[in-house]
Amino acid sequence: MSHILQQQLIDVAYIVAVTLFVLALKWLSSPATAKHGVLAGEFGAALAVTATLCDYQIIEYKWVIVALAVGAIVGIPLGLVPMTAVPQRTALSHAFGALAAAMIGIAEYYVRIPHLTKFEMTEIALEVIIGSLTFTGSLIAAGKLQELLPQRPITYRGQNFVSLSVLGAAILIALWLMFHPESSHLFPAMVGVSLVFGVMLVTPIGGADMPTVISLLNSYAGLSAALLGFVLNNKVLVVAGALDGSSGFILSVIMCKAMNRSFTNVMFGAFGQVQVSAAAAKEERPVHIATAEEAASILAAANTVVIVPGYGMAVAQAQHKVRELFDALTKKGIDVKFGIHPVAGRMPGHMNVLLGEADIPYDRLFDMDSINPEFPQTDVALVIGANDVTNPAAKTDQGSPIYGMPILEVDKARTVMVIKRSLNPGFAGIDNPLYYEDKTLMLFGDAKGFVGDIVRELAGVGH
Amino acid sequence: MTFDLINCLYVFVLAGFIGFEVIRRVSPLLHTPLMSLTNALDAIVVVAAIIIAGRHDSTLSTVLGAVAVAAAFSNMVGGFLITDRMLRMFKLSKAKKQ
Repeated sequence: MSHILQQQLIDVAYIVAVTLFVLALKWLSSPATAKHGVLAGEFGAALAVTATLCDYQIIEYKWVIVALAVGAIVGIPLGLVPMTAVPQRTALSHAFGALAAAMIGIAEYYVRIPHLTKFEMTEIALEVIIGSLTFTGSLIAAGKLQELLPQRPITYRGQNFVSLSVLGAAILIALWLMFHPESSHLFPAMVGVSLVFGVMLVTPIGGADMPTVISLLNSYAGLSAALLGFVLNNKVLVVAGALDGSSGFILSVIMCKAMNRSFTNVMFGAFGQVQVSAAAAKEERPVHIATAEEAASILAAANTVVIVPGYGMAVAQAQHKVRELFDALTKKGIDVKFGIHPVAGRMPGHMNVLLGEADIPYDRLFDMDSINPEFPQTDVALVIGANDVTNPAAKTDQGSPIYGMPILEVDKARTVMVIKRSLNPGFAGIDNPLYYEDKTLMLFGDAKGFVGDIVRELAGVGH
Repeated sequence: MTFDLINCLYVFVLAGFIGFEVIRRVSPLLHTPLMSLTNALDAIVVVAAIIIAGRHDSTLSTVLGAVAVAAAFSNMVGGFLITDRMLRMFKLSKAKKQ
């Protein structure tokens, strides 16, 4: 087979793959068709990889096969992690994706040095800078999510200035290389500086901002793949990168809106450490405390219950107990729904996956906009491990740091019950006036244990 | 060269728009599987890595290429696997099924 014909066949395979990729995302619009989506994606990817393996340019298969085997050995366990670990797995996969893109860019640079044009050099430099900073940034994000690194924001005076200078240095080297592509001793410096910038970019960001950061890194990983497509003039990379990049971008916008914050504020604001003193200065106010027995009898008397889960539920591993509670209430004929805030959990949609894993049917899961109009007709809103996303101060108190953030309006329900370890404020250190309202009952304890107690009491009620 | 660049820009801009329109319609329920699926699709950079690792330009490029193949392929395998697992967990309630 001539090389030209072979190349054309590979191109056809790539076009089919790209079409399947778009269909895969299209089918993800509803849970009913989503499974076809994965299949389409798998088929497209398999086709593209098989076609590439037939490429005449490959003269030595040994290392390709070894690397594919290593990839499969690493990839399979990463595909089998528990759902609670999905955020750190995702961050790690952004790191791997960016690493691959950066490595290829670096290899291309050294292969092409003798005849690099200005355009090619610019593409390679940009691609390698973004790939490198996404690699280290995602590793730091994964470390924070896995709690290998402190979750709180790590900040120091003049941090933004230092970070931006480091990025500036990387760009200056890139500019120099653009005019002098043969200065190959500077290339590793550019890579090194970009790696350092990735670390500096993510260390100052706190755990609760991770949904936005993961989405943003997702977008960068896509962008680096697309840029690599530019470098290699490979359209399948351009399309896949553009799809991944726009997906990450849309998710970051959704996350930012859900916290009423701008990109700049998330990246450079170092939220979640300044307001602690202000909250501590507040006087002690009385709260109503209830036992599991009292909570169970109120729940048993309700017609409609909305459960609002937060990251605290995931930390306490309470989702299976919550499912038991859901079953017990549903069996009594009570209408139980779940209200899920867009930033609940550590990545977009995390809470849905955790509840799905616990066998809670997805037609019972409602996003913020569809559940909020229902709270006035709700008998009991049960908040489990969520705090700031239910804070009415976001709507009423202009001085509150979260003022303007859209919340789940649990305060409109007839009775509010909050399962919480203690009255300590949430990640942002903001006091929640919800807890002091007359209709609010505080259920102090571990989420898993307390929900378990309520379930036991419910089983006893009616005997 | 600039002709290739313009070509790629066309593809990038159009694919970006398609991505935007398609992904905007993805149910918020499925945002986590969306991210793991796009991750797996993005791992298609493995095709470029395979060429670099197999072309044998220099030892350096073969090593970098092989690392890239392993990193990207692990994303592809792991990404599809976990997306599939997640989607299996999304079930309708019994009342809705009947």
